[in-house]
Amino acid sequence: MSPQARRKVWSAVLIVGFFVVWEALCWLFNVSDIIVPKPSQIIVTLIQRGPALWPHTLQTLYTTLVGFGFGIFIGIALGVLIGSSRLAYDVAYPLLVGFASIPKVAVVPIFVLWFGSGTVPAVLTAMIMCIFPIVVNVATGLATTEPELEDVMRALRATKFDILWNVGLPRTMPFFFASLKVAVTLAFVGTVISETVASNRGIGNVMMIASSNFDVPLVFAGLIILAILGVALYAVFSLIESKITGWAHRKDEFAMG
Amino acid sequence: MTTVTELPRTEETFIELENVTLTYGRGDKQVTALGLTNLRVNQGDFVALVGPSGCGKSTILKLVTGLIKASEGYVYVAGREVGATPIRVGMAFQNPTMLPWLTVRDNVMMPLKIVPPFRQEYGAKKKTEFRDRADALLKEVGLANFGDKHPWQLSGGMLQRASLCRALIHEPQLLLLDEPFGALDQFTREELWAVMQELWMKLKPTVLLVTHDLKEAGYLATRICVMRTRPGQIVDDAAVPFPRPRTIDMSYTPTFVSMTQRLRELIVSQRPVKETV
Repeated sequence: MSPQARRKVWSAVLIVGFFVVWEALCWLFNVSDIIVPKPSQIIVTLIQRGPALWPHTLQTLYTTLVGFGFGIFIGIALGVLIGSSRLAYDVAYPLLVGFASIPKVAVVPIFVLWFGSGTVPAVLTAMIMCIFPIVVNVATGLATTEPELEDVMRALRATKFDILWNVGLPRTMPFFFASLKVAVTLAFVGTVISETVASNRGIGNVMMIASSNFDVPLVFAGLIILAILGVALYAVFSLIESKITGWAHRKDEFAMG
Repeated sequence: MTTVTELPRTEETFIELENVTLTYGRGDKQVTALGLTNLRVNQGDFVALVGPSGCGKSTILKLVTGLIKASEGYVYVAGREVGATPIRVGMAFQNPTMLPWLTVRDNVMMPLKIVPPFRQEYGAKKKTEFRDRADALLKEVGLANFGDKHPWQLSGGMLQRASLCRALIHEPQLLLLDEPFGALDQFTREELWAVMQELWMKLKPTVLLVTHDLKEAGYLATRICVMRTRPGQIVDDAAVPFPRPRTIDMSYTPTFVSMTQRLRELIVSQRPVKETV
């Protein structure tokens, strides 16, 4: 078995093992459903309530992806702006860190105040959650571009845009995709926070209502759905990353043979 | 053949440094990278700049490209102040600086993507004429089947060959070489000298070559300028009389050896007296 395949098998074993241990502990200590439901129970809930959960799942996925899309767009724009000069990098960083430190749950009421409850604040929350890692990574990638690579272009009298397009951005791609994998999971967090506070749709809202009804298996079912969505999108971006930035990961590939 | 500091100014003068100095920093920390320097290079000349480390050889190259500005004095290229007349410049460094995400061919073609008049036609010709031109050049330096490879799949010597191709593909009027063979082993280096000479004789760009290697300077250059350090300055400027094409065997003849010996002594004698720091 190749090392890569072995890694995948062990990953799967770990995941299955986690749920088996969970189930076993619930049986062993006779844990009440209202505190921690058994995985088997969660699965039953998922299947029984599936048709009702499906539109909420789509809503959460849709909201997250829209917010994530805006986040990518603004994140790249800000990252390019900040990363393109040392001065901008030093000047803008404190403000950026300040924004990043604000608990996002605190801004949801403000968004609701401005735009009403529903999809819009959820999209915005998802967006601001994922902007920060993208900005930081794009800016760092640009700021750390080797000056020799730029010298080649400058000697050819390339414009700033030429250098950015042909050297800066391609060289930043590995940083960018690393940030996307983080950002997409954060976008889910943003969506769910907002749905929990101010929406009548989405998984966050479902979990909110379920917990107030002490329907704990349904709360956990929501968690499982979110986890699955997060892993799925993470996998999608990993795949795109390996296609686009294969040049940066060649050592890994070589080691794999 | 020795100490020709004042060349007559002719129509063919392509590069001229007039009373140029370059200083970095301010006050006590001021460093003079280049003392008062005058240099004239004719069109189609191959000038080697030799001297100890830190004597401002690379500084002259950067001044000529306009990457840095002279603190005092003037730099003229193609009859006007540097930057005023857009000329095509090719550059190769000690580090081949290939972009790792592009194939070798795409790396070589990069200047065509940037430099006018080629850039306007890049979209239309990148799969046909430009591609053929890159492949022809790669073939000439002995990299015929390596166009589709990525830089990390090539050895240092091969990368340096590709880097020469990139410096030449847009038919530069001015070629600036900053120790391009410095990091290579002796055999590869000698091989590349021959390649370089051949390309120069064919394309006839004006070349400024920065090097530590006196044999390399003697083999390639038509003129050798010796520089001293602190402050960097040109102290000797001599023509190299050997006929072309030159061969490695030539470098073992008594005249060649005595020339490199003279240059060597000159450089050693120009070493600054150790100051008490």
